[in-house]
Amino acid sequence: MHLATYLGLQHVASQTLAESFRQVAQGHAAEPDVFTDCHHLARMCDEHAARLVPLTERYGEQQDDEPERLHADGLTGVRSGGVGLLRDLQDLYVLASFVDITWTVLGQAAKGVRDRDLIAVVDSCESDTQRQLLWLNTRIKQAAPQALIASGSTT
Amino acid sequence: MADRIADIWGTRTPHGRDTAWPVRVDQHLDPSVREEDVDRWVQSACVLCSNGCGADIAVKDGQMVGVRGRAVDVVNHGRLGPKGLYGSWQWSRTDRLTRPLVRDATGQLVESDWDTAMGRIVARSKELLATDAGALTHGFYTSGQLFLEEYYALGVVGKAGLGTPHMDGNTRLCTATAAAALKENFGSDGQPGSYSDIEATDAIFLFGHNMAETQTVLWMRILDRVHGADPPRIVAVDPRTTPVAEAAVATGGVHLAPLPGTNQAVMNGLARELLHRGWVDEDYVSAHTLGIEELRAIVEPYTPERVEDISGVPAADLRRAAEVFGTSERVLSTVLQGFFQSHQATAASCGVNYLHLLRGQIGRPGCGILQMNGQPTAQNTRECGADGDLPGFRNWANPDHVQELADLWNVDQLVIPHWAPPTHAMQIWRYCEQGSIKLLWISGTNPAVSLPELARIRAIAAREDLFVVVQDGFLTETARFADVVLPAALWGEKEGTFTNVNRTVHLSEKAIEPPGEARSDLDIWLDYARRMDFRDKDGAPLITWSGPEEVFEAWKECTRGRLVDYTGLSYAKLRGGSGIPWPVNDDAPEGTDRLYADGNFPTHDDVCESYGHDLLTGGATTPQAYRARRPDGRAFLKAAPYVEPPEVPTPEYPFAFTSGRTVYQFHTRTKTGRAKQLRRAAAGVWVELSVGDAARLGVTEGDVVRVESPRGAMQGPARIGRGRDGVVFAPFHFGYWDQPGTDGASPDGSPRAANELTITEWDPVSKQPLLKLAAVRVTRIGAGEGPAPAPTTTASAPADPAAVPATVGGPDAESSDQVGTAPPPHPAPEPRSPDHQPGSGGRTASAETTEG
Repeated sequence: MHLATYLGLQHVASQTLAESFRQVAQGHAAEPDVFTDCHHLARMCDEHAARLVPLTERYGEQQDDEPERLHADGLTGVRSGGVGLLRDLQDLYVLASFVDITWTVLGQAAKGVRDRDLIAVVDSCESDTQRQLLWLNTRIKQAAPQALIASGSTT
Repeated sequence: MADRIADIWGTRTPHGRDTAWPVRVDQHLDPSVREEDVDRWVQSACVLCSNGCGADIAVKDGQMVGVRGRAVDVVNHGRLGPKGLYGSWQWSRTDRLTRPLVRDATGQLVESDWDTAMGRIVARSKELLATDAGALTHGFYTSGQLFLEEYYALGVVGKAGLGTPHMDGNTRLCTATAAAALKENFGSDGQPGSYSDIEATDAIFLFGHNMAETQTVLWMRILDRVHGADPPRIVAVDPRTTPVAEAAVATGGVHLAPLPGTNQAVMNGLARELLHRGWVDEDYVSAHTLGIEELRAIVEPYTPERVEDISGVPAADLRRAAEVFGTSERVLSTVLQGFFQSHQATAASCGVNYLHLLRGQIGRPGCGILQMNGQPTAQNTRECGADGDLPGFRNWANPDHVQELADLWNVDQLVIPHWAPPTHAMQIWRYCEQGSIKLLWISGTNPAVSLPELARIRAIAAREDLFVVVQDGFLTETARFADVVLPAALWGEKEGTFTNVNRTVHLSEKAIEPPGEARSDLDIWLDYARRMDFRDKDGAPLITWSGPEEVFEAWKECTRGRLVDYTGLSYAKLRGGSGIPWPVNDDAPEGTDRLYADGNFPTHDDVCESYGHDLLTGGATTPQAYRARRPDGRAFLKAAPYVEPPEVPTPEYPFAFTSGRTVYQFHTRTKTGRAKQLRRAAAGVWVELSVGDAARLGVTEGDVVRVESPRGAMQGPARIGRGRDGVVFAPFHFGYWDQPGTDGASPDGSPRAANELTITEWDPVSKQPLLKLAAVRVTRIGAGEGPAPAPTTTASAPADPAAVPATVGGPDAESSDQVGTAPPPHPAPEPRSPDHQPGSGGRTASAETTEG
């Protein structure tokens, strides 16, 4: 059964997303909303990772069996300026999308094994992840025109 | 005669529930002028708070010499407050700007002429428009104190002429959360309640609203009920012991004093109590709302004990407040800066809306919500598109709404900046800081005192690559940073209309000529439009108006069919009688006293002003997701969990700092600081400490203390006040324009502006800055010169009344207040058809489908 593999995958991905939100928060601290909101969204991911712990214990987390390429890479560093912020938010969007579809995968399997605990966790975490995507989408839309059209090379 | 400095609220005219509020006509004239010497009285309404009291301006020899309340006006029934009586007119012949100023070769601001000043603006504007960044280089930061016609003209200049999304006002600091909360719950901006609800109500909840000081005439209206038969109970939510809090205790209500930043926990706790105690109108909730199950799940953890842990509000007090809300036949709520400028502003203000929805307490006499404004014309900034909204409460994410404006203005839809969310004020300043906005046009506001983190704001305003235009009546702190200063005509010196908190529109006539070469803000923007030669898509001039009445007529067309419907109004209709609340149209020719009598809200997807947001993050709901919920006239019950504020006290900064207002001053005192009675009554800044904190710090009344946050410092004499331990308060009114030893713009070593301390942070939905919350430390510097200059008459009263002489006005503050000289005016009639709210969403295709 590969459910354990995917639980492990999502556990790591949630931690990676949390860390990436924190990186963007710190790297763009001069944008107060990015700083505050990214920290807030990072805490949401922490909570997801924590809620997966008892489930990985139930099914056995099998991180090591899976090729590394299935894991989502976190941000390696943050960029600067308006375009840099945009690109970093896009990277977060890609990562959060990966987490989002992984909830979908887990949700399908959870129903298959008729695990009500897992279904409840997936439902609630998936809705959080979708809020994260909504926030990223909103902030990207706001930043895009000014960053692409009006910001200089150093800003 | 009354001294309205000492006696802020004047003579009581008590009356019982469901009886009319008696008339009392308040008047103050310059002591050298007798009533019979006044040449003429000119119709207007007061602009020194958001209440919108009808007032006549006394004119003698071409000068304003006093003011009198209009007995016929539904807003005030003749009354005026101290700011209006003394502060309305005395500034007019003081140190006004009379000629445009420009920078000379040495960088000094020097007097110039209109052609030179406007020529410089237009040259810079055209130069920037020719770059790749185009209109994205232009930002406009306006006010909540100009007239409707000025905002609409500015809106058209910015949105159809230039096409910049960077337009906002200081309304972002004042009233953005009111608008945001109304949009989130009801689909559109638009005040549900009416002041006339005070006459009919059984309980009044004031959430973060020190009404006794900020809207004195509205508070008189409440006091007259409190002193009459069947008085309403008052509940105050405020960390300070305000006159409102005292009234709460006196009327058998309750005063909740949450720690700054914890309002959301209190609101969730109140909602949980209503749900658990069965104080819910199940029929109303099922017929007229969406989201009850989500709300129930979110508020369930907020037991009174948990709320006490978070906020410090005793569990029994929370239960008592919920009981008053849950068991009173009619409940009226008001909300202001204690919520709007605090943490989780929109979520907490939505909390007030959902309490009313849960009990079905909306749309009936006595059951209302007043999401207040701070400024007199803030409502118009929101309506007219001079802030981050499209004119007429249109939805920038709805292509049909944008097309309506494109058709109205005859411009390409793509010119109208709807391809990104409108840029909120704090983000405009950030783009200036980053250098991508290169022209910032500031009108009628003083951000160098009123915005958070002033050192940062001064640094941005002083940037070499930012061309700053300031349009004002005075050389404010902000004006001293400008490249071009334009002298503006102010209230009484120009004609126009404006709209108050409860949608009442007033006409303000021109009483006197502006000083020197000063021009109205409208004339300035029309001149800019002419010089820029903005064209519509057929090559004809975009803007052809020459005066305010023409703009008003154009605005009426912009509102046709919207909730904010002005089509039944005209200057002629507004002249002579009372102000009239919108919507005013064929369905409601005499206006509309309160909205949503039919429980039909403007949430239809083709009507709504916004598709809504996640209250916790501000993520915007997609149009598809919104439609899928099929709101179709139902209101949204929206809640959010409490989350910890971004800045909390630490061992290094152990106090929670909150800023606010005093009854005698308005904003950055440009007008009230020039009225001698008001100036004396609150002459300078002070720092309020609780008795316990002062004792621990070794501070006594009047000692000079320094308050420091991670961002800056301010200092002033200490008032040992009546606040709760751990909370420090200072008024935000005081800057540097009249402070000796400074350059009039910045502290120069003696900082006294409260916003030196505040944090650059905003609410995720309304984007309103978090001005009410900073962590600070307090140090005693030395002994002062007597007691702090804090008034004794209000929330800043000393803990020991004997320690400080009482605040009085003296002989030149004498005013008359004559009771019962005329019958009370009647509020606007109920709509002709009780099932149909004029201007509401019931006429759309989706609604017809639902009803069919």
